[in-house]
Amino acid sequence: MKKFDANIPEGPLAEKWTRYRGTMPLVAPNNKRNIEVIVVGTGLAGASAAATLGELGYKVKAFCFHDSPRRAHSIAAQGGINAAKNYQNDGDSVYRLFYDTVKGGDYRSREANVHRLAEVSTDIIDQCAAQGVPFAREYGGTLANRSFGGVQVSRTFYARGQTGQQLLIGAYSALSRQISLGTVEMYNRHEMLDLVVADGKARGIIARNLISGKLERFAAHSVVLATGGYGNVYYLSTNAMASNVTASWTAHKRGAYFANPCYCQIHPTCIPVSGDYQSKLTLMSESLRNDGRVWVPKSMDDVKAIRTGAKKPKDLAEEDRDYYLERIYPAFGNLVPRDVASRAAKNVCDEDRGVGATGLAVYLDFAAAIVRYGKSSALSEGIANPSMEEIKKLGRAVVESKYGNLFEMYEKITGENPYYTPMRIYPAVHYTMGGLWVDYNLETSVPGLFAAGECNFSDHGANRLGASALMQGLADGYFVLPYTIGTFLSKEIRTPKISTDLPEFAAAEKNVGDRIKQLLSINGTRSVESFHRELGVKIMWEHCGMARNAEGLTKALGEIKKLRKKFWEEVYVPHTDKNGEEFNPELEKALRVADFMEMGELMIRDALNRNESCGGHFREESVEQDGEQKGEAKRNDKDYMYVAAWEFTGVDSEPILNKEDLTFNDIELKTRSYK
Amino acid sequence: MKWLTNFLVSSLGRKLIMSLTGLFLCLFLVVHMLGNLQLFVDSGETFNAYAYTMTHNPLIKLISYGNYFFILLHAIQGIAIYLYNKKARGSEKYAGKEKSKTAASTSSRNMAIFGSLIFFFIAVHMAQFWGKMHFTDMPVDALGHKDLYLIVSEAFQQEWVVIFYLLGLVALAFHLMHGFWSAFQSLGLSHKKYSPIIRAVGMAYAILIPLGFAAMPIYFYVLPMMK
Amino acid sequence: MAHDEINLTLNVWRQSALNRKGGYKQYKVRVNTHMSFLEMLDVLNEQLISSKDADGPVAFEHDCREGICGACSLVINGRPHGPMQGTTTCQLHMRHFKEGEVIYIEPYRAKAFPVMKDLVVDRSSFDRIIQSGGYISVNTGGTPDGNAIPVEKDQSETAMDAAACIGCGACVAACPNAAAMLFTSAKVSHLALLPQGQVESQTRVKRMVAQMDKEGFGLCSNVGACEAECPKEISIDNIARMNRNYFGAILSSND
Repeated sequence: MKKFDANIPEGPLAEKWTRYRGTMPLVAPNNKRNIEVIVVGTGLAGASAAATLGELGYKVKAFCFHDSPRRAHSIAAQGGINAAKNYQNDGDSVYRLFYDTVKGGDYRSREANVHRLAEVSTDIIDQCAAQGVPFAREYGGTLANRSFGGVQVSRTFYARGQTGQQLLIGAYSALSRQISLGTVEMYNRHEMLDLVVADGKARGIIARNLISGKLERFAAHSVVLATGGYGNVYYLSTNAMASNVTASWTAHKRGAYFANPCYCQIHPTCIPVSGDYQSKLTLMSESLRNDGRVWVPKSMDDVKAIRTGAKKPKDLAEEDRDYYLERIYPAFGNLVPRDVASRAAKNVCDEDRGVGATGLAVYLDFAAAIVRYGKSSALSEGIANPSMEEIKKLGRAVVESKYGNLFEMYEKITGENPYYTPMRIYPAVHYTMGGLWVDYNLETSVPGLFAAGECNFSDHGANRLGASALMQGLADGYFVLPYTIGTFLSKEIRTPKISTDLPEFAAAEKNVGDRIKQLLSINGTRSVESFHRELGVKIMWEHCGMARNAEGLTKALGEIKKLRKKFWEEVYVPHTDKNGEEFNPELEKALRVADFMEMGELMIRDALNRNESCGGHFREESVEQDGEQKGEAKRNDKDYMYVAAWEFTGVDSEPILNKEDLTFNDIELKTRSYK
Repeated sequence: MKWLTNFLVSSLGRKLIMSLTGLFLCLFLVVHMLGNLQLFVDSGETFNAYAYTMTHNPLIKLISYGNYFFILLHAIQGIAIYLYNKKARGSEKYAGKEKSKTAASTSSRNMAIFGSLIFFFIAVHMAQFWGKMHFTDMPVDALGHKDLYLIVSEAFQQEWVVIFYLLGLVALAFHLMHGFWSAFQSLGLSHKKYSPIIRAVGMAYAILIPLGFAAMPIYFYVLPMMK
Repeated sequence: MAHDEINLTLNVWRQSALNRKGGYKQYKVRVNTHMSFLEMLDVLNEQLISSKDADGPVAFEHDCREGICGACSLVINGRPHGPMQGTTTCQLHMRHFKEGEVIYIEPYRAKAFPVMKDLVVDRSSFDRIIQSGGYISVNTGGTPDGNAIPVEKDQSETAMDAAACIGCGACVAACPNAAAMLFTSAKVSHLALLPQGQVESQTRVKRMVAQMDKEGFGLCSNVGACEAECPKEISIDNIARMNRNYFGAILSSND
């Protein structure tokens, strides 16, 4: 185990990265050819890292559990990617992006990492444009930008509502090129189930071939995890169905600290749950809040009438509606940051003023925007005295040009036409800021094990700003990790090829094999799905969701242990081979849910420990008692300005809390106010 | 030269062959139909003289051999592609029977069937007229030309021949409805502005050419009844 | 919403593994009309798990359930991704089906997409087509400023239309010839339309077409079923563009 040290380089903040890069130990090209690196995950971070490491000359093995690297969930990101290009000449700069990100993260991120992120953000755009990412363009052929929540400049680059897809395809094509050149060996349909640590260093992985079901050993000088977030602990989230924590969690069990697991981002604008059968939630881009107004009815009578269908929302008079975001936060209105908007929605639903059959939804209404745009269209088209119908028709056309694909998606899912009736939305788990603890080099507490993208904790603090996830994934993969991994690998040039015959490989393989056999031998009565749902909906969302308190969290701690015990006694995993050596999606799911059961407990412990409200983590005990901010989240910088890095001690024993103190030399700590 | 053979056996090379031979045959159909319209001019002198030229002018002879070659190439390549595609699709058919809605669905999905019918038609048609013209002794007309006009008018007085020709022309119409436009698409000649025009011209062509040909058997079948 | 719940009869293709004999099994389900098609299959699978059915739950591919990852496939009543235009299976909802309807659910059928289990097929041939040239050969770093090369807006939008491909393979499944020309041409077009991709467009199109042929896909006969079933509504204009680029590359390149 190495020293618990963030390894932040010396020097002024703005020069740290440049200086460090210039003095970092390197690996010579002839040595790179003999050094192997495993990259697990092929989303933005993984694909870009694997491709870049391959270009540099390392021998790379890349893994994904999908049928193709292009399916990783980065693909679903809609809105855009931030970069401090200042193409709009609106005063943007590296410092401003850095500042916005630290503030948006509620001062719980590591200054030096965030500044580096802001610095390399500009290179990402150049790289992606060169790769052929069809970013939106102005008529003159230059790159277009739009604005996103929580900032005052326009720095978000986008490719329609499919930015994540286009960036991932860019990274996937770079990866494909390296595969064709033979520098990267690609293993599709392989899921990492254990990390192999030999002589205190990460030296390989055990992966299950999902087609044959056989366990396979892979060795390398170093292992990079780029395996995404753990939002699916909640069962319902905007994550893809197969997104899971297993790779990070096994690394944690092998000695990697897990940092700030309680920081989850709950996105305010998702399509609400419509019934128990629901398998996942769909995000409606944050950009909709630019034009949509959020409201619920003022009176309980109207709420009831709407729920039963006696009244239609569009028939409710203006004065009977409560535009609560505009009322509570007049300065930012509907554009308050994600955590604030989510909590406000929860509050009105807790008052039982929510709409929809379940009472767990609020309206996002475009009627006003349609009229506003319609009037201006009529004016510019020279239509004198337009009728209300004409105005609305023109307005709908404008709204369609801005949000057409989102409206269409909403209609497909709900069967309701948002041009004529307000959308129903509700917050949902979207992103996890917590993750494997890494130092400035993105190296975890296990030497030789690196973590990139959403699966590390480093850049977003307690809350992530919109369009920053894509930026971080690509920054790590293209521009940070390929350099910083040299700090470890430069010491490994004399290490010969790692053998998979090491006893550590055999032990890890046996560990995984035993877990699989045990799962399959239970032959109980309940499906994996039913356990996952109970874990996510009844325990995690209920007690460790948008608002948390000591009582609920303590209760959840007991419940999750009970549920885990029940899982290992009652789960039924259909199979025909008792060793799992077959294509068996239910077994894949069971292994993932088994890890969620353990991960959930750590999240609850972390939430219980952090008795302050910051970013996505809201403790009901920690709210402002009076003044203008009364009732809002209250941060406690005196006691909690640290990264909670948890150390694994055993499934049923308490983890050890290590603290990395955060210092802010270049930024002033403030209370976030949006009133 | 390896590049050329590689190209000609590549998927797009084979498509190019289909497209170019197809377009040549389309051109041939126009010439063939316009020439045959001379059947209507008088009671055979013009037509027989035309038939004489067509079989004796060395340049035309050369072109006609090219034409036979292209027909064969188009047919053989077409059948080969059909069999290749069948293999690519696999033996298991979809049990669900809904089909996607596309333009010219019947014709595009059955090009091989219509093509085979047309090929069979051509064989019979050539045996009937071309074969006779070339290999048998025939009566001559007043100007001393072989009287193909007589053979044609006699043939089309038989009911089954007329029906056979009309069916062959229906197959041709279907084949052309997709084939004309498709040839341009395969060549890569597609454009937002011009493609709709090509499609419209193709459709008109697919109807007018067979109609023009159909006029002949119908004319000779109906003629004796008018008298 | 007269019918919130409907009863359906499903004929599902079951096959235990690659190269095994498969067949249709019939199942009855009762589902909520707000469900997505895949949630309907979740319901079926819960039934099969709780009854400890000998065949086990139905294996089908899916992941994002937002219509973008391209994992979901399925041929529903003979049509890839089902009856709704421009919609993936995961975004198809049960309100488009009627009480008592009989639905056939089958895997994609093409030699280049072998069935691995039940409804899961192997689409790695698509990856190999991309690996053969579906990229712009730039290394990380050292690229010109994003604004250094202007891209005409209309051209960029057309490139984006082609780049929207999610690699699901519906085009191959719908094509009576099992051709992969829409997929291949979408990538060829996306990159050829951008000045950054122009540089190596001749090599790219030649290599990608050669790989496509090697994988055993059929030959396009311009039926247009691919375009009609593509959940991202990618146009066959891209195929024409690929043909044109290919012929140009063959005629004018030096190799």
